[in-house]
Amino acid sequence: MKVACPTTLAEAISHKALGFTPVAGATDLWAHWPVRTANHDLSYVDLSGLHELRGIAWSAEHLTLGALTTYWDTMQDSRVNAEFPLLIAAARYVGAIQIQSRGTWAGNIANGSPAADGVPALMALDARVRLVGSNGERTVPLDRFYTGYRATVMGVDELITAILVPRRTYSFTAFEKVGPRRAQAITKVGFAVAHSADGWRVVANSMAATVRRCPSLEAILNASHPNPPAEPDLRAAASKDLAPISDIRSTAEYRTEVFARLLRSTLATMTARP
Amino acid sequence: MSHDTMHIAFTLNGKAVEIDVLPHERLLDTLRYTLGLTGAKEGCGEGECGACTVHLDGLPVNSCLVPTFQVRGRDVRTVEHLSPALLAPLHECGATQCGACTPGVVMAAAWIRDNSHLLSRFSIRELMAGNLCRCTGYDGIVHGVERLVASEQGAA
Ligand SMILES: Cc1cc2nc3c(=O)[nH]c(=O)nc-3n(C[C@H](O)[C@H](O)[C@H](O)COP(=O)(O)OP(=O)(O)OC[C@H]3O[C@@H](n4cnc5c(N)ncnc54)[C@H](O)[C@@H]3O)c2cc1C
Ligand code: FES
Ligand code: FES
Repeated sequence: MKVACPTTLAEAISHKALGFTPVAGATDLWAHWPVRTANHDLSYVDLSGLHELRGIAWSAEHLTLGALTTYWDTMQDSRVNAEFPLLIAAARYVGAIQIQSRGTWAGNIANGSPAADGVPALMALDARVRLVGSNGERTVPLDRFYTGYRATVMGVDELITAILVPRRTYSFTAFEKVGPRRAQAITKVGFAVAHSADGWRVVANSMAATVRRCPSLEAILNASHPNPPAEPDLRAAASKDLAPISDIRSTAEYRTEVFARLLRSTLATMTARP
Repeated sequence: MSHDTMHIAFTLNGKAVEIDVLPHERLLDTLRYTLGLTGAKEGCGEGECGACTVHLDGLPVNSCLVPTFQVRGRDVRTVEHLSPALLAPLHECGATQCGACTPGVVMAAAWIRDNSHLLSRFSIRELMAGNLCRCTGYDGIVHGVERLVASEQGAA
């Protein structure tokens, strides 16, 4: 096993291009430590020394989370709490404080798990991912970042350097996670929902091979707005958008049923509000 | 399959240390086997149980998930740095039985005591959710932390 600890982004990118695995908070990577170290040929590039990846910044259009921003960094930021409660709701569901203090939003994106809890919240807010590689920089909408199970558009030489979250006025946001317990549990069924002048966003996790937006659900929500859609329509749309599997954590039937009921009751809390 | 060792410097319990580590070393092992600090325990080795909790730059982290090379230049505090007096409220509330979880529980509890303003937004249960205990049933732990926080506020 080899480790590079660069101090500039350019060095980090050249290591990534050579096949080094980036390490941020290591909460995904080191959780499989015995397996990983058995393979002595692995090489890692540590991102933790890269100051250009740190920090939370605000512009008129965006909240920008540097790639090393942890869940805890956002949970203790009063401005993020005030303007993006959806991000905070999701962060509080990730692991527990010992994970929130180390795990990064960018690591959650790059890891590519369909059960990721940070990704649906970011995707429901139309976040974009800034990638930097040997040929420069590009920005990809998060809802076009995944191409399949744990597959992404990120090039071999590319790193995530920041996440951009557009600043909008939201009339409603909600985050739900169903798991065996609240803390330290992998999501069986989850979603993030948001409504702004740009319309409805519904993003599901653990309901398909990737975290994904639900275009049919968004369309019926937009059509029936401000009322929630009828339950049969909601179920029909959900079955078009989602392809849950049965695995060690749950069954496809359970996931489908709980998703539909939880989404319905979440939308009901919205209309119950003045 | 050669392992190049890495030379790193960091602050451990208030003192500067410089050591050679293997690239794949976890902070938990460096503390226990290189530095002789056996307070942090290995329960699960995968971030679930919190028995290995230490403070990194003032925040609770699972040392089983921290590559040692990442602590270069940073501040690490372990349970050995804390006053044994911290245990009293936990003992009084029945928060200790076999003791396997206790070093991690105490590290989380000390962090809550030092940041008690967090309790306006987070419950003790939420902040202690990353510390599993197979013996006590948690109520004792929650009461112990409440008592610890209250004694600190009384003392201040
Ligand atoms: C006990 C435990 C509980 C957990 N609970 C949850 C949970 O409830 N919900 C949840 O969603 N996740 C959970 N996780 C998973 C993990 O904590 C999150 O996915 C976290 O966000 C990962 O971030 P990290 O910085 O630790 O990533 P790392 O482990 O450092 O990296 C993860 C992946 O991302 C890549 N990567 C990291 N940063 C970059 C970058 N800037 N550019 C390109 N690639 C990059 C790495 O190469 C690696 O493939 C849990 C993990 C543990 C151990
Ligand atoms: S041993 Fe580190 S969390 Fe269990
Ligand atoms: S006292 Fe035995 S695990 Fe907590």
